[in-house]
Amino acid sequence: MERVILHSDMNNFYASVECLYRPQIRNRPVVVGGDEELRHGIVLAKNYRAKAASIRTGETLREARGKCPGLVVVPPNYPLYLHFAKYARQIYADFTDRIEPFGLDEAWLDVSGDNGVAVADEIRRRIKGELGITASVGVSYNKIFAKLGSDIKKPDATTLISRENYRSVAWPLPVEDLLYVGPATKKKLLRYGIDTIGKLAAAPLPLLRRVFGKVGYVLHSFANGFDGSPVMRLDEESLLKSIGNSTTTPRDLTCNDDVRLILFVLSESVCARLREHGFLCRTAAISIRDNELFRLERQSKLQTPSNTSGEIAAAAMRLFRQNYFWPKPIRSIGVRCTDLLPAGALLQSSLFGDEENRRRQAALDRTIDSLRRRFGHFCIQRASLLADKPLGSITPNPITSFTR
Amino acid sequence: MIERRYENDLKVYVKVEALFYPDGRLMPLAFWWEDGRRYSVDRVTEVCRAASLKAGGIGIRYTCTVLGRQTFLFYEEDRWFMERVRVLDH
Repeated sequence: MERVILHSDMNNFYASVECLYRPQIRNRPVVVGGDEELRHGIVLAKNYRAKAASIRTGETLREARGKCPGLVVVPPNYPLYLHFAKYARQIYADFTDRIEPFGLDEAWLDVSGDNGVAVADEIRRRIKGELGITASVGVSYNKIFAKLGSDIKKPDATTLISRENYRSVAWPLPVEDLLYVGPATKKKLLRYGIDTIGKLAAAPLPLLRRVFGKVGYVLHSFANGFDGSPVMRLDEESLLKSIGNSTTTPRDLTCNDDVRLILFVLSESVCARLREHGFLCRTAAISIRDNELFRLERQSKLQTPSNTSGEIAAAAMRLFRQNYFWPKPIRSIGVRCTDLLPAGALLQSSLFGDEENRRRQAALDRTIDSLRRRFGHFCIQRASLLADKPLGSITPNPITSFTR
Repeated sequence: MIERRYENDLKVYVKVEALFYPDGRLMPLAFWWEDGRRYSVDRVTEVCRAASLKAGGIGIRYTCTVLGRQTFLFYEEDRWFMERVRVLDH
């Protein structure tokens, strides 16, 4: 049986939710922006009127205001966006149990056996009626073309990319529209005159393999619609791929002590989330962005899987010392835990490690989780975080990534 | 993280008298408008999840008949709101 895959993408998600709740700004150019005082002043999302003024996601609010003097800037409200994502998934669940979220605002659905376009139209109608925002839905026989389809017509539209029409619908599109073709890949492809998905599909495989290695196969398959990857079930815990936190600090970090403090804050938050979801991680990663926005990311395997704040912070600090030699002050820093496995999994104890101490640290973390749930995050803190109150009192937003 | 709440003059939060049935259903019986007057709900004709574009928000929408007219009561997470009808000057 031919698979029927949908990709639903709620249009301008954050901005649409804000405009729904604020009727007075609905007909004005609106962006959702971070806090400028905390140096998070960038455009996170925009509505169509702001888009028409050439405002781009990621640019500074200052630049955005320069392009559009009457621009309305509103702060983000992540808990509300999470509610909307949950309600959207409840709507999807009325049609299938195969739902694979892709961020908060997008999801793939496997509705094989149904009329894909009819289901897509019904989902759009319900999202509009029940959530007051719009969605674009792509319908295809694989996840890649379904995602591509949801980008073609916006807002509030269904686009079908079938085996019969993909050459005329998908292939003329710019190559960067394809999932996983980012700016660096696009630049390389353009060197070989490959500027459309069709040209990528027709490119000789040996050439792609030579230029991109294994990824060359993947790109070639995607462009030809050969993607056979399944849509995960919503209840499969393996949806979680990584849990991470990052923050732009209130001031630039200039020494190892600054970094150690922030890594503790971030590691505590990441590990609390790991424990909440019942996971251990086998790999810890850090990301660093200096004050000229140069970005560096490094990761390493842990000796023993862990969700203990102290161990993750130590691993993050070790990575930092091995890879950053202070060419410039640091503007933002992140900690991410990947390679997750269930906390109850059978593990080989370390022969030489201090297992008793590890158990005690884990128990301490669980106690801290419980105290914070009851009395708030700042009811208990590491003494070291008090050394620099502005840095020690940040509360970073946790980011959970899903399998893609 | 604390969820921010939104207020605007077209969204009127009201006090509601409601009945919880053993099967989990919830039915509004009456509401108090902002001027303090109590209005009885004569009939509920539809219950569904819906957005209110007029007031700005989402919730379970109860389509009610009150004094012979149709009106909406929205149950939004933990409180009730209604849409203010704007009376235009002639």
